[in-house]
Amino acid sequence: MAPVISLADIRRVFTMGDQQFEALKGISFAVAAGEFVAIMGASGSGKSTCMNILGCLDIPTSGRYHLDGLDVGGMGTDQLAEVRNKKLGFVFQGFNLLARTPAIENVELPLVYAGIAARERRTMAQRALEQVGLAGKEYNHPSQLSGGQQQRVAIARALVNNPAVILADEPTGNLDSSTSEEIMGLFTALNRQGITIIMVTHERDVAEYAARQITFRDGRIISDAQTKHVGQQG
Amino acid sequence: MDFLQTVKIALRALRTNKMRSFLTMLGIIIGIAAVIAMMAVGSGASYVISQQIASIGSNIILVLPGSTTSGGLRSGSGGSQTLTSDDVKAIMAECPSVDLAAPTVRSSALVVFGNLNWSTVLMGTTPEMFEIREWAISSGRSINQQDVDGAAKVCLLGQTVAENLFGSSDPVGKMVRIKKVPFTVIGLLERKGQSPQGQDQDDAVFVPLRTAQRNLIRSPFPNSVGALMVKGKSEALLAKAEEEVNSLLKQRHRITGSKEADFSTRNLSEILAVAEQSAKAMSLLLGAVASISLLVGGIGIMNIMLVSVTERTREIGIRMAIGAKKNDILLQFMTEAVLLTMLGGIIGIALGAGGATVVSRMLSWPTLISFQSIAIAFVFSAVVGIFFGFYPAKKAAGLNPIDALRYE
Ligand SMILES: Nc1ncnc2c1ncn2[C@@H]1O[C@H](COP(=O)(O)OP(=O)(O)OP(=O)(O)O)[C@@H](O)[C@H]1O
Ligand SMILES: [Mg+2]
Repeated sequence: MAPVISLADIRRVFTMGDQQFEALKGISFAVAAGEFVAIMGASGSGKSTCMNILGCLDIPTSGRYHLDGLDVGGMGTDQLAEVRNKKLGFVFQGFNLLARTPAIENVELPLVYAGIAARERRTMAQRALEQVGLAGKEYNHPSQLSGGQQQRVAIARALVNNPAVILADEPTGNLDSSTSEEIMGLFTALNRQGITIIMVTHERDVAEYAARQITFRDGRIISDAQTKHVGQQG
Repeated sequence: MDFLQTVKIALRALRTNKMRSFLTMLGIIIGIAAVIAMMAVGSGASYVISQQIASIGSNIILVLPGSTTSGGLRSGSGGSQTLTSDDVKAIMAECPSVDLAAPTVRSSALVVFGNLNWSTVLMGTTPEMFEIREWAISSGRSINQQDVDGAAKVCLLGQTVAENLFGSSDPVGKMVRIKKVPFTVIGLLERKGQSPQGQDQDDAVFVPLRTAQRNLIRSPFPNSVGALMVKGKSEALLAKAEEEVNSLLKQRHRITGSKEADFSTRNLSEILAVAEQSAKAMSLLLGAVASISLLVGGIGIMNIMLVSVTERTREIGIRMAIGAKKNDILLQFMTEAVLLTMLGGIIGIALGAGGATVVSRMLSWPTLISFQSIAIAFVFSAVVGIFFGFYPAKKAAGLNPIDALRYE
């Protein structure tokens, strides 16, 4: 089966004035559909830089990136926006929900930009909220939800457009350990339903939930190991 | 992204900062109200001017005693005694471009009927006056030449005077006392309404010229008159008539060379031109207020929208990450700015229309708010929103999603 994601020799050079810094020094890996990948590594090793490229938010200085059969390389900003809208779901460390906006409308947001009609949006968002166990909290604003619940809303928002991949950069970074477990339980359950997940984390026990761990150091991959067989219980 | 959703998002953003939104709108509100008022004044003035032309006729020359050159001030009629009844006769006889001329003497007088009295304006004049002004009689008869020659003690009442002394009953044939002298009421003038200056033209009583000179205004110069009204044969001949009157009076008053004339002439089209000019100046002033406050209001909107873009950088980042295109963001902020100005425009239209209605009631002008002026004001407010909202919206749309997401 063709991989959902394939990176070939990705480099990312940041230029600040006359200084240059290579945050990614040739990253190559592929992710198959249905995988659950954890990216580990020390602070500053280039994990977020890599996630931004995977998320089509940033463009690599060189290298090739294929997402779900599409060559993302030569795309313009509007095309990239469409790829983000159709193929990707984001979960951030800081939840990044819209304030003063009910949970269900936050979940609907990707569908709004996809041009889906209001009524259909509502039912799809409703279903996504049920999937993350938040039925009954549809009209709570983010300020009326706990951190764990907010992250669930964010996950529902990432799910709602049926993306090829969900990208999560330190999704448990702002949560306590028991809430982290809840969220990881949810990710595991979603992965079992066949959703591909790539997640950055600092914490070893969080990474344990993933079947495959990729470790970065100084902009390079130093290890890429299958820790469980796909489908194995965590 | 559908437009309805865009409007919904924009309205939510405006509602989040109600006070700020309102204060930002103030400039637009004032500007649009001024636009409405400007157009109302403009159409009101042209209405008044056309009314004035219709009511007086543009081919009339006023001859005033005394000179106008002393600091531009004109002494009131009676203040100078330089014009006489003989001047009027001479003008009628010797100026070929003149159709009619009529003298007036003016005073205030207490008119008494039974136990009622009314203080009003007394005018002594000749029959030609009513012809020149085209004042019609609603009952009874007008003053005729015999009345003037015989200094008859008869009078014509304006509607206001008649109402106050006689109520709804017909005053013709009744006796009234003017300055304690008994007079017979021979006629009632038709209603003329307010003058454009707001004076009640029906609050006056008219008597034959000589009667006024002998019995009511005891002047040391019994033959002198106040202002003269001269009607040209036609509008085209008005300038010529004015010249003829001028040179005739100079000759009669022995004014030669650089000696200052003891009278002055002005024609109504000149006076109307002045009125038109002041209306134009008023419109110009309002126009200046409108454009300045729209400019300042627009800059205020731009400023607030820039603040809003900065405040909501993270939101913009989220929207972009989730799939908003540049144009979606651009449209969202443009919509917000235009909604802001259009809301201000609607309030401004209401305010301007209210103000113009009050003014038109007070001056008894017709309703001056046209659909056209409302449409213009509305379009203006939208254009201000588009113009001043574009730069902030462009800035928002140009944000880099990664930087925007990281923004604290
Ligand atoms: N926009 C940028 N301009 C310049 N340098 C950058 C930029 N973004 C990242 N870097 C640099 O690239 C390197 C990798 O940063 P990155 O954010 O990917 O680290 P990370 O692995 O996600 O670290 P952390 O675990 O702390 O989040 C860092 O040294 C950082 O300073
Ligand atoms: Mg990071």
